[in-house]
Amino acid sequence: MQDFLVQINYNAWILPALLLIPLAGALVLLVTGSLSSDDGTLEGAPSARMVALLVFVLEFVVSMGLWWSYDPAGSRWQATYDHWWIIPWNARLSLGIDGISLMMVLLTTVIMPLAVLGSWTSIRSKVRSYYALLMVLTTGMLGVFVSRDMLLFYVMWEIMLVPMYFIIGIWGGERRIYASLKFFVYTMAGSLLMLVGILYLWNASSVGGSPATFDYDQLLTIAHTHKAALWLFGAFFLAFAVKVPMFPFHTWLPDAHVEAPTAGSVILAAIMLKMGTYGFLRFAMPLFPSAAMTPWVRTTILTLAVIGIIYGALVAMVQPDFKKLVAYSSVSHLGFVMLGIFALTLQSVQGALMVMISHGISTGALFLLIGMIYERRHTRLIEAYGGIARVVPLFSTLLVIVSLSSIGLPSTNGFVGEFLVLIGSFRTHPFFAFFATTGVIFAAAYLLWAIQRILFNALDKPENEHITDLNARELTMMGVLVAAIFWIGIYPQPILRRMEPSAALFVRTVTTGQANVRTAARGDR
Amino acid sequence: MLQDLAAAGSHPLADTAARYVGLLPLLPLAGFLVNGALSLMPAYKAGPADPSTAGHGHEASAHAGDARAGDAHAVTHGDEHGAVGDDHHVVARHKYAGVASVVGPLVLALSFGLAVMIWLAMAGAGEMTTPYVQTFFDWMVTGDLKISWAFQLDQLSMIMVLVITGVGTLIHIFSIGYMRDDPGYPRFFAYLNLFVAFMLVLVLGASYLVLFVGWEGVGLCSYLLIGFWFSEKANADAGKKAFIVNRIGDFGFLIAMFLLFANLGTLDFTSVAAAAPTLGYNSALVTTICLFFFLGCAGKSAQLPLYVWLPDAMAGPTPVSALIHAATMVTAGVYLIARSGVLFAMSPTACITVAVVGTLTALFAATIGLKQWDIKKVLAYSTISQLGYMFMGVGTGAYAAGMFHLITHAFFKALLFLGSGSVIYAMHAAYHHTGSHEDAQDMRNMGGLRKYMPVTFVLMWIATLAIAGVPPFSGFFSKDGILSAVFARAQHGALSEATWLGMPGSAVLYALYGLGLVTAFLTAIYMTRMMLYTFHGPNRTGEAEQAHLHEAPWSMTGPLVVLGVLSAVGGWLNLPVAIPLGPIGVLEKWLEPVVGAATVAVGGAVGEEVTNTEYGLIGAAVAIAILGIVVAVVKLRPAALVPKRDATPSHGFEQVLEDKYYVDEVYDDTIIKPLVSGSRNILWTGIDRGIIDSLFVNGSAVLARGVGWVGSQLQSGETGAYAWAIAIGALAVLGAFTFR
Repeated sequence: MQDFLVQINYNAWILPALLLIPLAGALVLLVTGSLSSDDGTLEGAPSARMVALLVFVLEFVVSMGLWWSYDPAGSRWQATYDHWWIIPWNARLSLGIDGISLMMVLLTTVIMPLAVLGSWTSIRSKVRSYYALLMVLTTGMLGVFVSRDMLLFYVMWEIMLVPMYFIIGIWGGERRIYASLKFFVYTMAGSLLMLVGILYLWNASSVGGSPATFDYDQLLTIAHTHKAALWLFGAFFLAFAVKVPMFPFHTWLPDAHVEAPTAGSVILAAIMLKMGTYGFLRFAMPLFPSAAMTPWVRTTILTLAVIGIIYGALVAMVQPDFKKLVAYSSVSHLGFVMLGIFALTLQSVQGALMVMISHGISTGALFLLIGMIYERRHTRLIEAYGGIARVVPLFSTLLVIVSLSSIGLPSTNGFVGEFLVLIGSFRTHPFFAFFATTGVIFAAAYLLWAIQRILFNALDKPENEHITDLNARELTMMGVLVAAIFWIGIYPQPILRRMEPSAALFVRTVTTGQANVRTAARGDR
Repeated sequence: MLQDLAAAGSHPLADTAARYVGLLPLLPLAGFLVNGALSLMPAYKAGPADPSTAGHGHEASAHAGDARAGDAHAVTHGDEHGAVGDDHHVVARHKYAGVASVVGPLVLALSFGLAVMIWLAMAGAGEMTTPYVQTFFDWMVTGDLKISWAFQLDQLSMIMVLVITGVGTLIHIFSIGYMRDDPGYPRFFAYLNLFVAFMLVLVLGASYLVLFVGWEGVGLCSYLLIGFWFSEKANADAGKKAFIVNRIGDFGFLIAMFLLFANLGTLDFTSVAAAAPTLGYNSALVTTICLFFFLGCAGKSAQLPLYVWLPDAMAGPTPVSALIHAATMVTAGVYLIARSGVLFAMSPTACITVAVVGTLTALFAATIGLKQWDIKKVLAYSTISQLGYMFMGVGTGAYAAGMFHLITHAFFKALLFLGSGSVIYAMHAAYHHTGSHEDAQDMRNMGGLRKYMPVTFVLMWIATLAIAGVPPFSGFFSKDGILSAVFARAQHGALSEATWLGMPGSAVLYALYGLGLVTAFLTAIYMTRMMLYTFHGPNRTGEAEQAHLHEAPWSMTGPLVVLGVLSAVGGWLNLPVAIPLGPIGVLEKWLEPVVGAATVAVGGAVGEEVTNTEYGLIGAAVAIAILGIVVAVVKLRPAALVPKRDATPSHGFEQVLEDKYYVDEVYDDTIIKPLVSGSRNILWTGIDRGIIDSLFVNGSAVLARGVGWVGSQLQSGETGAYAWAIAIGALAVLGAFTFR
């Protein structure tokens, strides 16, 4: 495999290709038909959704080469690409991946085809525009994960918002306008300060006559005064904390999740929530280590993380709407990620990365399953169900498996990440880890209670007696995710191995404040 | 890693059947996959490609053109409607019941066969002082954390493997008859197979974390099997309760592992044992670690204060109660402490705590057992009580005695549960014939069953004598082993010299011994009571039903007979020095390489000579057991009992016992309800929607709109107003400059 990839010079073109393929797909949809056909049927949809599926499957297949082409021993940029962009500002189209980006890119390319399949029959209006927006969204998301230029990163960061705004606002539920506006303004408000921060960095990079730059590696070497670092960290923190979302910046999430169409919720949960934690890992902490290491900053963030874990779980427990329950469970899971990142041990950071991946798979799967049952019964209220395990055994089996992975049962993906986060955090912050561990109890409480009320108990509502079980398309989607659940749960080593050097570099960069990545990268391994 | 390989290479078991240790859990796992697939297959009928446009199932199957699949679907699910309630049977065998009844028990039998081969190899290998470790592949290796999928075989895990696969096979065979007509037949065997697979992972794991995989896995299977008849809310509730209460224990297990790793840098049993001394003898750290592990044990093995899930777990089918909630899973806590003997031996405080909690649990549960009417509830509280004895044993460092009681208990309690299953089966069939809806598990509806089910009757008496501690049945030896160990520890050794909560260890242990005797007395009473009410006196089932009461088929009584023999003679496994009826202390010698050092560390060296005290202790134990039985026979009047529907409520302390000291109600009112309502009213509607969302988020939007409104009012378009504003502004600026 490696030889073949070298032969086709894979590393040189893969990243720009990954960004361009979805854009090209969107273009195809734009030129081949009217975007606004809206008759509420699937008229015209078969071709549009088929194009989308083909594009995303192609994207996935092409991206899989990264799994083999990525050298696990490296801690820094691979598959780099660099091209001029905005010359006067010295902004460049420079792309690259490290172990962290690698897994986020692959997570994205795995989830996207499933998101298309999850929309297959549920999206019935303006079908063309819908899939075109999904493709633009993908370019934006991948762009965030592979940018090495901070202006490019910022542009990608904002680009992503627009398609998601429309996806929620047009194809969403009853309160979609409120939810989409809240989503947009909330995250936008967070990111504006980050733009100020990026411009400050750009300005600061021009010392001694050298031109200002947006190049991440160079910005990393700038030394800031502690006060400046704190302000800059604060600006980035706000942008990322909203996106994570950290308690108490999370209230956009339940609304956005509930109102978004299935694929929107899946993408939000599986990929877009990782942008915030990715931002901390890539930017906020390595760029401003002195701020991130300030005791009160760390304590505050760790406290918010642990509150998020417990608070998210408890609030999830009392939600009447299953989608909202899963939304709050995300607050809880992302609390584990933040705990792992700020505990700053190798295990905790690796664990945080694993939780990011696992949460993408498990929560994505949960949202897909909710979408499937919603399509049949048109309600997400837990109390509208009950006893349906007897009617839809396949759906029920899958819901139980996915819930168990979300609960973090050992031998599923959920356990690996949570365990690594907790055992790693316990070394440096036993107090926080102790309280975070109570999350395992609450997670069992809210999910088991919910699935009992949906699947078990008496089948006492006549409208539930004839729900049809999953079809082949739905089983295929879930098959992929269930396979991932057990693979990561039992043999996560190939993933851990690829992320470890980058995670170690992150820990070293932040804890030592030594930002000279080039030498650090060489010295690594 | 290299050490492991070197050890494995030169290990006496290296070229024996032990090589295939991985197959032990893989066989039942394969059974799970097959049976699981069988249980889903009739259900599979591809849904419509577009689920939202297709009509509901009705119409879809009407023109599906696949009438056969449609019918199978309808039959299965139609009948599952009937499969509700406690141990209820409907007459409709599952389409693949035949395959499942071969696959389910067969994989277990194969696993048991392999276990026996490994055991023979181990017995033939002579002195084996280090465990045989087999590492399969890395699980989580990152930085200095190195966790692999690895199994270890030593004398302790061997014993557990034999019990699990042996008793497991018998219970699987029993289930063929018991679950015969259940529409969820393959699903039942799938869960049961999966349980055995996880249970074997639990006892074979070479590190705390692999053990934990099994630990949580068996919890999952317990959840699935308690809620097997999930259409009844009470059953689903019981399953969920079991899982969540166990998770509280698992929280303790996790914290203990984190502490171990933070301080020793490893979770492998062999490395922990080697590094344990660095924790410091009787240090706060080692005590904390042990107590957190014990919290895990209290959850899994149903000890105070986490025992509440086990009585409810009786909602599961009776073979499940026998296998999981009596013979194997609930003893995992005892195994964990025996496995962690090295750690516990370093903390007398933790040891005494374990023994105290075990003793109090034993006594507490025994008192509740006195007044239960549901035959399975009696056995459930009896199990909690007997587990308390085991903790009394392992808590006082008598690991072999604790394990001995674990084994004999697996025999006689599995027998009691399966026997009660056979009774319930007969009662059910009788009530089913007459279409009555009486409670088939309430002893007030039984009575005089000895006439109808003689085999079950005799076998259950053997088990009752065993659990009551009447010689020469197995329970006598194992219970006596524990009680005399507690007495010996009170006299000399590390525990007698320790202080516990300011009290001298010796006094505490004498008190525990006393309470242990009282519990033994109560045990004899409640067990005799159960037997009297079930099998003796006149029959209260009902005139019409009596004709239909009969013994279960041989596929069910067969396993009972085997367990009956084991319950009777199991005591010979570990004869005390005082009763030389054969080889002395076989089990103790077998386990010596694993727990010997820890035993000596806690209890001191034990002399070989028999003292008069020992004869006295044995005499006291026998006397108290027989006294209990006599008291029950003399005082209880099965003839005066009335069927459940005519029963009058009891009063006073009897009522308190019948209502189990209201512990569930207290937990409900003080923990669960406040937590749920607090989450709903304070966290969600208060903080989330009230403060964060309304005040801050939407509040800031309102604020922005307000500012905009004020601004818009200024832009009135009236020139006069603008002129005034300019004039005032100019004056203000001038003023500011003037009076600066």
